[in-house]
Amino acid sequence: MIVSVINRLVVAAITLVGVGAIVFVLLRVVPGDPIAMMISPGASPADIAALRARYGLDADLATQFWMWLKALLSGDFGMSISLRRGVLSLLAERLPATLELAFAALALAVALGLFLAVLGTLARRTVCEPLIDALNGLALAVPDFVWALALVLAFGVFVPVLPLSGRINPSIDEGFVTHFYLIESLLRLKLTAFADVASHMAMPVIALGLPLAAVIVRLLKEALKEAMVQDYVLLARLKGMSELRLILQEALRNAIGPTLALTGVQFTFLIGGTVIVERIFSYPGIGNMAVDAVINRDLPLIQGLVLMFGLIFILVNLAVDALAAFFNPRLRHG
Amino acid sequence: MSPILTIERLSARVQSRDQEILSKVSLSLERGEVMGLVGESGAGKSTIGKALLGILPRDVVITGGAIRYDGRDLLALPARERRQLLGAEITLIPQDPQTALNPGRRIEAQLTDGLRMKRGLSGTQAHDKALALLEEVHIREPERVLAAYPHELSGGMRQRVLIAAAFALEPRLVIADEPTTALDVTVQKQILRLIRSMQEAHGTAVVFVTHDLGVVAQICDSVTLLYGGTVIEAGPTANMLVHPGHPYTRALIDACPRYDRPDAGLHPVPDGVISAMRRDLSQRYGRPV
Repeated sequence: MIVSVINRLVVAAITLVGVGAIVFVLLRVVPGDPIAMMISPGASPADIAALRARYGLDADLATQFWMWLKALLSGDFGMSISLRRGVLSLLAERLPATLELAFAALALAVALGLFLAVLGTLARRTVCEPLIDALNGLALAVPDFVWALALVLAFGVFVPVLPLSGRINPSIDEGFVTHFYLIESLLRLKLTAFADVASHMAMPVIALGLPLAAVIVRLLKEALKEAMVQDYVLLARLKGMSELRLILQEALRNAIGPTLALTGVQFTFLIGGTVIVERIFSYPGIGNMAVDAVINRDLPLIQGLVLMFGLIFILVNLAVDALAAFFNPRLRHG
Repeated sequence: MSPILTIERLSARVQSRDQEILSKVSLSLERGEVMGLVGESGAGKSTIGKALLGILPRDVVITGGAIRYDGRDLLALPARERRQLLGAEITLIPQDPQTALNPGRRIEAQLTDGLRMKRGLSGTQAHDKALALLEEVHIREPERVLAAYPHELSGGMRQRVLIAAAFALEPRLVIADEPTTALDVTVQKQILRLIRSMQEAHGTAVVFVTHDLGVVAQICDSVTLLYGGTVIEAGPTANMLVHPGHPYTRALIDACPRYDRPDAGLHPVPDGVISAMRRDLSQRYGRPV
C-alpha cells in the first residue's frame, strides 16, 4: 500500500517536471514575444533590452529553465508579465472559480447519467428506452461550446432568466474570505448570494455537464444490460428482489468500472473545456485567464496554468483509481 | 403422501423459431426424492428446470400442461404467491459457481439476502444462521469466509456457499442445474455427496439436471430420460441402469467410459438407434424431432 503510494507520487513528480519542460521549451520556440506585447510602439532598443533582462528573458534556454525550476521548488511561480502580479496568487484567486464550475458540472453529469442509465435499464423493451437512446445520441453529438451558445440563445436572449456573464452580481458584497463563492455563501447561509452565484453558474455547468452525462449514460446502460443477465442477478431475482434493487445492489457496482475510468478521462477533458466555456460566459476562472495569458504571450502565467492543469489531471486519476478499488474488491490487493 | 411435484403433459415452444421444445412431458417427484433429469444438449432438461423456477427466456412460452407443486398449479398461481414460493420453498443450485456469486459483494451479504428479506431476520440472527449453514456444508473458518469476497474462494468453496444459500430457507424442492459440470472431477464427488447429505438431512426433494449418467448413478433415486423435448424412459435409477427398457437408454449407458475397463474403448450411441427413435417420436408427437 505504502509502496504503491510512493510509486504514484514519484511518477506524479516526474510527470509534472516533464509537462513543465515541454511547455517551457515550446513557449520559447514558437514565435511571439511577451515584451513586444507590452511595450508601446517606438520604444528604444535599450528599453526593450532592459525589460528583457528584468524578466530574465535574456539568458539562454537552459539557464532560464533552471532558474524557473529552482524558483518553483521554493514556491515561487514567478510574476505574470501582463498582469504584473505573482502567478501563484493569481492562480489561488481564479482556480476556486473553475473548480466550483468543474465539480458542479461533474455532479450534474454523474447524477443525470446515473439516473438515466438506471431508468433506461428499468425501462428496457418499452417505448422509453429508444427515447432515452435518441436524446442521449443528441447530447453526445453536440460539443460543450455549442451547448453554451444554444443556452445563451435560449435562456439569455429568448427567455432571459439567467445572467449571461460573470460569476456574481457586483452589487452583492458579502465580504467573501475565500474564493469558493458557491460553497462559502452556502456555508454562511447567505442565500441571496448563493442563489446569485448558482444562477451565474447554471448555464456553463449545463454546457459542460451534458456531454459528460451522455457519455456516462451510453456506457453505463450497456454495462448494466450485460450485468443484468448474469447468474448472480438471476439468483437475486429468485430471492425476490425488486428490479430497482437488482440494478442498484447487484448490477451497478460490477457494471460501473469502465464508466468510472472513462468518466475520469472525460472529466479532465471537461476541465480543458472550461477554457472555451468560461470565455463564452466571461466567467473569471483559470480557463478564461489562460486564453488571455496565451494572447499576451504571458510566459510565466501560461507555465503556471499548465502545471496547474497537469496537477489536476494527476489528482483526478488518483481519485478514479481509489474509487475503482472501492467498487471492485479484486483491485484492492497488490 | 401426495407427490411434492407433478408435471402433467407440459409443452413449450420457442416463438422466434416456431419450434416445439417440450412435448407433453409428464413426471412426478415424491417428497425427499432425488430425481435425475437426464438428456443431451437440447433435450429439454434445462427448459423444465427453468419452467419450475419461472425463469424461462422471454422467447419461450408454455403452450400446455401444468406444473403442480404441493397441489398448487405454479403456472396458474398469481405472481405474488409465486414470488413467495420461489427462492424460499423452491430454490436453485446454479451451474457455474464462478458467475453465480456477485463479485462485488461479501459472501455474508449474499448468503443472508433471503433470510433477511423472506424470513425477516435481523443482521445478527442472519449472521448466526449463515455461520451454522457454512459449518453444515463443511467450510472451515466460516467467519473468514463470510467476510470474504467470491474471488478469494476456490470453485469448490463457492459451490458449497451456493448450496448453503439454496438450503438456507429450508426449501422443499431444490433444482440443481448441472451443479458439478464446472468443477474438476475430485471436487465433483465431494459436492455430489454434500448435496445428497443436505437433501437427506433436510428431507428436501431435488430435481437434478445433468447429462452425466455417472452422476445419476451416484445421487439419484429415480431418472427421467429426455430426448428432443420428450420423455424416453423414466423409473428408479437402479432398475433403469441395470435393465434399460429403451434401445437409446441402453446405448447411452454403453457410451459411458468405464474406469474399471479402460481398454474397452468408447462406444458412441449408434446412428441407427437415434434415427429409429426420432422416426418413432416424430410420428407420436406429429412434429420433427
